[in-house]
Amino acid sequence: MTVSFLILAALTIAGTAAAMSLRNLIHCVLTLTLGFVGLAMLYLQLGAQFVGFTQILVYVGAVAILAVFAIMMTQSVGPHVQPALSSFWVPGSVVASAVFAVLAWAICSGATSVRTPPQHDVSVNQIGDALMHKFALPLEIMGLLLTAALIGAVILAMPEKKGEQ
Amino acid sequence: MVFASLFAVTTILERKGLGRFQNRYGPNRVGPYGLLQPLADGLKSLTKEDIVPRSADKVVHLLAPLILVTAAFLGYAVLPIGRNMVAVNLDAGVLYFFAAGSIVEVSIFMAGWSSANKYSLLGAMRAIAQMISYEVPLILSAIVVIMAAGSLSTVTIVEQQAGYTGIFPHWYVFTPWGFAGFVLFMIAATAESNRSPFDLPEGESEIIAGYYIEYSGFKFALFFLGEYLGMFATSGLAITLFLGGWAAPFSFLTWIPSYLWFFLKLLTLIAAFIWARGTFPRLRMDQLMGLAWKFMLPMTLLNIFTAGVWHFMPTGISRWLVCTFLIVAPWMLLSRGLKQRKKLQVRTYRFAE
Repeated sequence: MTVSFLILAALTIAGTAAAMSLRNLIHCVLTLTLGFVGLAMLYLQLGAQFVGFTQILVYVGAVAILAVFAIMMTQSVGPHVQPALSSFWVPGSVVASAVFAVLAWAICSGATSVRTPPQHDVSVNQIGDALMHKFALPLEIMGLLLTAALIGAVILAMPEKKGEQ
Repeated sequence: MVFASLFAVTTILERKGLGRFQNRYGPNRVGPYGLLQPLADGLKSLTKEDIVPRSADKVVHLLAPLILVTAAFLGYAVLPIGRNMVAVNLDAGVLYFFAAGSIVEVSIFMAGWSSANKYSLLGAMRAIAQMISYEVPLILSAIVVIMAAGSLSTVTIVEQQAGYTGIFPHWYVFTPWGFAGFVLFMIAATAESNRSPFDLPEGESEIIAGYYIEYSGFKFALFFLGEYLGMFATSGLAITLFLGGWAAPFSFLTWIPSYLWFFLKLLTLIAAFIWARGTFPRLRMDQLMGLAWKFMLPMTLLNIFTAGVWHFMPTGISRWLVCTFLIVAPWMLLSRGLKQRKKLQVRTYRFAE
């Protein structure tokens, strides 16, 4: 565990914790973005360039902005004071700790039995090759799905004709 | 440091140039021919009072310009500005550049929202809508080069364009798809850096100054710096992708140092930016979105297809003809088709004449 890992982990945890506890929703999104950036840095530290940069491009550049727009369009303008704990925090925390316990148990019991051979660094070229040859069909299906979603969004946004009303 | 001083040089060039475009002198009081004007501007912005609105969100208000300038500087790390002159040669350099650019959007939102001002929020909304719309054609127009070079590394892309046929270089801009890609990339880059004619987010006459309306003094200067740095960075990427990076334009000019070529090309592109600003009127919001989604997006997708055709056709005159036709014909049809729906006529003004 290196110093840089500790700093990045602290940054990520601080960002996501602040996202859960702050009162102002916009602040929550901004700190969540900080968490995304920390996560991307962790990927980069592990040598996964493609995943790290894509994380920033998609989560910081698009998802955070989308969340901000969604909040501003559904909420009245100005800071909205809400209680920090919602009414069902007891069952929520029970579920969260149960999930954490299962995950921790799985990781702790699996770590010693399975030793993966040391992986050499996967370059972006190799990822591109794999996407174009081995995983060409899944890629095409994803593209088709996204195109369908895009067309659906355009149809939703189209002004309705007068005769239909 | 070099790029920051380039910022100073560009402001004076831009103000002088625009002055000439608009039939006036431009700054001419400070120093010989007004050349020390950027120095005076910098000192003024340093000594000016920093005003923060009472209802503003203080922390976010302070952080926004800092994040903007940091994000703008990040992109330079992968730009090769000369032979063996690149800060880091990343395997995914182009992807890194676009990822750094996407952080700018968050900082613009932070600036617009934290000012607690209607106009700044409107400006930020416009800026984000515009940047997200034009990011798509920007990245898609860069993809043709990545396809041709077979790499995301900026250094490899420049190396792939090295070499000369006779005295002419092998730049990607000298192919049909490369030229179309370059034009589309530059249009998208202009929109991405919020420059005129795509400067709706600032729109002095409509929303006063957009997202940085509540900023004064040095923070305002930081916004300006960030905007210009973004423009230089995208121009630098355009040079790397399409104009052969630091390579000389003719084989007999290779004795001139490579970094001089890079900055010469950069200044040429900046001059083109200033020229466009002095020439074109500002677009309307619906025209802006229409251009991005109805014209730029189909053309970039088609350009990718053309690059594929170019790659698989045998070398010779036939692939030049086919690829040029594949780009020019849809270009004409698309622009005609989009124009047909609107009735264009000479406008008569009732008051402004």
